[in-house]
Amino acid sequence: MFQATSFVRRKQSAEFVAKMVFLAMTVAMVVPLLLIVGYLFREAWPILSVDFLLTNPRNGLRAGGLWSPFLGTLYLVGISLAVATPIGVLAAVFLNEYARDNWITRVVNLAVVNLAGVPSIVHALFGLGAFVLFAGLGKSVAAASLTLAIMTLPVIIASTKEALASVPLAFREACWNVGASRWQTIRHVVLPNSVSGILTGVILQVSRAAGETAPIMFTGAVMFKAIQEGDLFAYGLFDQCMALSMHLFVITTSVPDVPKALPYGIAVVLLATVLLVNALSIVVRIRLRSRRKW
Amino acid sequence: MQHRRGWEVAVEKGIEALIRTCGISAIVFVFGIFFFVFREGSGFLFSRFNPLEFFGSIEWYPTSQSRVRYGVLALIAGTASVTALAMAIAVPFGVGAAIFISEFSGPRAKETLKVVIELLAAIPSVVWGFIALSVMNPLIMSVFNVPIGLNVLNGGIVLALMSVPIIVSIGEDALKAVPDSYREAALALGVTRWQLVYRVLLPAAKNGLLAAALLGVGRAVGETMAVLMATGHSVKIPTSVMDSVRTLTATIASELGEAPVHSDHYQVLFIIGILLFTITFVVNLTADLVVRGIRSR
Repeated sequence: MFQATSFVRRKQSAEFVAKMVFLAMTVAMVVPLLLIVGYLFREAWPILSVDFLLTNPRNGLRAGGLWSPFLGTLYLVGISLAVATPIGVLAAVFLNEYARDNWITRVVNLAVVNLAGVPSIVHALFGLGAFVLFAGLGKSVAAASLTLAIMTLPVIIASTKEALASVPLAFREACWNVGASRWQTIRHVVLPNSVSGILTGVILQVSRAAGETAPIMFTGAVMFKAIQEGDLFAYGLFDQCMALSMHLFVITTSVPDVPKALPYGIAVVLLATVLLVNALSIVVRIRLRSRRKW
Repeated sequence: MQHRRGWEVAVEKGIEALIRTCGISAIVFVFGIFFFVFREGSGFLFSRFNPLEFFGSIEWYPTSQSRVRYGVLALIAGTASVTALAMAIAVPFGVGAAIFISEFSGPRAKETLKVVIELLAAIPSVVWGFIALSVMNPLIMSVFNVPIGLNVLNGGIVLALMSVPIIVSIGEDALKAVPDSYREAALALGVTRWQLVYRVLLPAAKNGLLAAALLGVGRAVGETMAVLMATGHSVKIPTSVMDSVRTLTATIASELGEAPVHSDHYQVLFIIGILLFTITFVVNLTADLVVRGIRSR
């Protein structure tokens, strides 16, 4: 009596097929990731060691480790975020807390969206024209970091804006009602309540800045530069530097007779850095969500 | 009532001025980028630039001894072919994955899949390029029995994997934005999930999905390192996916280092930069307008 009619059965089997197709499409996106990461790790395994991280490249980049490029990447990421974070956070505060719904706000929002879409190679051209040549910084850590900073800026603005917007309006109203000014409210209520969200966004940009190659290729990164091993302050602001991403590119495209495991080793170090930083930001976000008071 | 001290008010005024300055910084930077890229290319653009040759010729011989020619048609075709193939793969798969994540999976699976997609988005483009060279290249050579695996197919697949995450996350947002009352109304009529997706959600979210696809296109057109390493280096209009091509971005990346500063070649590379900037500007602007159109409705 309650048996499914053929119409219902057909309907259900169509649903089943659809679900399986969508599942297959999702799996097709996820599986390559796992396969590729697994393959890279397997190929890189023989070369991975602590010494690999702590020695300079040697013998025309064919031997040795990653100290010089690794430290260079650290410098580029550190300086670029030190520049982009304050500007980005304040810009987001402006957009979320001060700006009214007028044409300036719309233009700023449009500019943020478009800045985020500028191709990385165009950022490289800009960095070359503006920082290396016009500002006279030359090819240097400073010029490359500033180029990276402008590239990460729009994403920091967007993620900070989201974090600020998630603080309920009632918090602000309560603060205004006891006589606090706009800035006092932001300083003592809005920012403390959104700091983990802001942090998540900034951490995510660490991994993005570490992986970029095109913007630093013509603004400060070089193919080879030996530095004092173990010295954390080996690069000056106006020195050229090596970088992990650029190093991988150079090794795979312009150095002949490289030992097979070496490029895999570089790729894995770069990938592991980026994925660890991303995992960190995901953990921060999950903890933050479970602790949220509203 | 206790009044605030003068300097406190002054400091606050100063901070607010700083916030306003940072607020408009994005505008300054967008104009700055256009200005400086334009400035480096302007000398050539206003004197010896020949738009007919630039857009109409497939002959790209920037360092020829006899006659230098700057035709970017083949480079545009290279970018277009790789982008088109990437989108042909990434849009259906991305939208399919977005539908699965948003409508068919439980809360735990949803969280896990979103994290995985996020990690996929985090892989640097130079690592993708390396994968294209060292994994995909031999794979394509042996599967299709071709002499070289650095071609449109390789670049398209790598670009597809790179642009899928953005399509999934924007597409999922678009599906989430469909009001729950639509879902409830449909489910109350006894539809299955598939009918709900096909008849209700897809039509309702089509603008958001279009925006997702456009952002994917923007990403693919602007991608540099991966296509530089994946597509081979022959300047020609491809006739099949097994042909090697060269894209606009790859041309800048591979030749800028060798072009003497302020030479014609160098300036033409900046003009290509302006072209890329304009293309992505228009694509992103369109995507933004499409998204805004949904919100105001």
